[in-house]
Amino acid sequence: MSHSATSDTTTARPNIGAMQARSGAALNEAKLAIKDLDFYYGAHKALKGIGLDIPARQVTGMIGPSGCGKSTLLRVLNRMYSLYPGQRAEGQVLLDGENIIEPGVDLNGLRSKIGMVFQKPTPFPMTIYENIAFGVRLHEQLSKAQMDERVEWALARAALWSEAKDRLNTSAMGLSGGQQQRLCIARTIAVRPEVILFDEPTSALDPISTLKIEELIDELKRDFTIAIVTHNMQQAARCADQVAFFYLGELVEVAPAGQLFTAPRHPKTQEYITGRFG
Amino acid sequence: MSGTANPALTPVKNPGNATRLSRRRKRTDLVIRSLSLVATGIGLVFLASILITLFVKGFGAMNLSVFTEVTKPPGSEGGLLNAIVGSLIQVVLATLIGTPIGMLVGTYLAEYARDSRFGDVVRFVSDILLSAPSILIGLFVYQLLVLPFGGFSGWAGVAALAIIIIPIVVRTTEDMLSLIPNTLREAVIGLGSPKWKMIVLVSWRSALSGIITGVLLGIARIAGETAPLLFTSLGNNAWSTNLSAPMPSLPITIYSYAGSPFQDWIELAWAGALIITLAVLLLNIGARSLLGRGK
Repeated sequence: MSHSATSDTTTARPNIGAMQARSGAALNEAKLAIKDLDFYYGAHKALKGIGLDIPARQVTGMIGPSGCGKSTLLRVLNRMYSLYPGQRAEGQVLLDGENIIEPGVDLNGLRSKIGMVFQKPTPFPMTIYENIAFGVRLHEQLSKAQMDERVEWALARAALWSEAKDRLNTSAMGLSGGQQQRLCIARTIAVRPEVILFDEPTSALDPISTLKIEELIDELKRDFTIAIVTHNMQQAARCADQVAFFYLGELVEVAPAGQLFTAPRHPKTQEYITGRFG
Repeated sequence: MSGTANPALTPVKNPGNATRLSRRRKRTDLVIRSLSLVATGIGLVFLASILITLFVKGFGAMNLSVFTEVTKPPGSEGGLLNAIVGSLIQVVLATLIGTPIGMLVGTYLAEYARDSRFGDVVRFVSDILLSAPSILIGLFVYQLLVLPFGGFSGWAGVAALAIIIIPIVVRTTEDMLSLIPNTLREAVIGLGSPKWKMIVLVSWRSALSGIITGVLLGIARIAGETAPLLFTSLGNNAWSTNLSAPMPSLPITIYSYAGSPFQDWIELAWAGALIITLAVLLLNIGARSLLGRGK
């Protein structure tokens, strides 16, 4: 992390004023509509009758204690669970009106529309440039010049361009943890998805890197629909427009962020956000 | 109950007692350390005497004609050229055949059959093959390729060596692929990649140095195999690169020359043994440095 690290991100610093303004703002129409969703790990029912709208170009935060099903829900949205036999979902998840959990959905196409950023940074064992180009090549055939442009665009959107531009052809494994996570974000947006899922994206990072990722999420929601799972309630309060609280596989309460954190309707939510359990 | 329960945890009240305790500990330490050293010494003595004998006799027998002349009748200036070339051909071909098969089986086990019953069976069979006496594999190939096709051949030797290297490569490939965190796989799949692209472009790439290490160790193993070649490529005293005919090899030549009554043949056997040892040593060093770099 050098001194140049700060230059990318200073422009988009969220502040309390913005957060308060956001809490009053109306939610957009749903990009993803989850209806009566049940999910099973073998015989164990991990999600029970979930109904949730994820508004377009806004941030939906998902909070709740460990094992409450929030990460499971995220893994339903890009069908990651389909990798594992024995895991299955029932109900509806509508992406622009089309049910994506039906059999026969083109999973690779779906995952190009719904990208995911994981808890731990997962750089591929190749150069920084190749890390970004990898996903793009799966779905598009670009000329060298177009690819260069795409890589620069993605790295710039992920606030990594100034740090990475002189070392594009070095291994991505040499980046710091925070840089690696931003590389993973760049890699995801390079495919130009419509939705980005973040699964506790900062839990393995230091506070400075965390701040950068949060600023980035705030910046990315202009173009992308975002869902973020977090253990950190302050993070949900800082980033999210809408917050959903899960407990024991059920969606207990969903509300605009300001409302959920200041005036929760459900006693369980109240207990959780005041730190009485979880 | 104060000081007796656990002397190590109580403050020292009696300095004489503490000294005695400390002296006893030092004595125990000395005994254990001496025993370990003696055991190490015994092991090293055997290893060193083998290596020293090999180096002294081997280098003594080494001269240019070892590498330029083929094996000849006793009394005439012969070398090991045909045996070296025959070994190279058989080992290289066996590696070229066995590595892809072993890699694909290992990949199947690690990427497709992790929790499947069939995968467990395949893994078990492969592990049995890994520890099977190599003479059995020689006999198997003898039944399969030598008898029906009317004679010993280089191809049969290649087949026997390939069968030996396959389970080694299977094991290392599976082990190395299993070390890759699942989150990396999910990250690739999450970008919309089909599974085969994930395996070829990311899993294999991540595991590459480990897999190459396994292959090198496998080569080191088959380079010194004698028993499976006895029944398959048999050996040949003349120059031969014809894989359909009996083919010479270093281990077989060492085996037949070392037991002969002729001094010059015995010397050639020492030279051959040294050549194999050095080659295996080089392969091992190469494998270690690769693995070290991968970490």
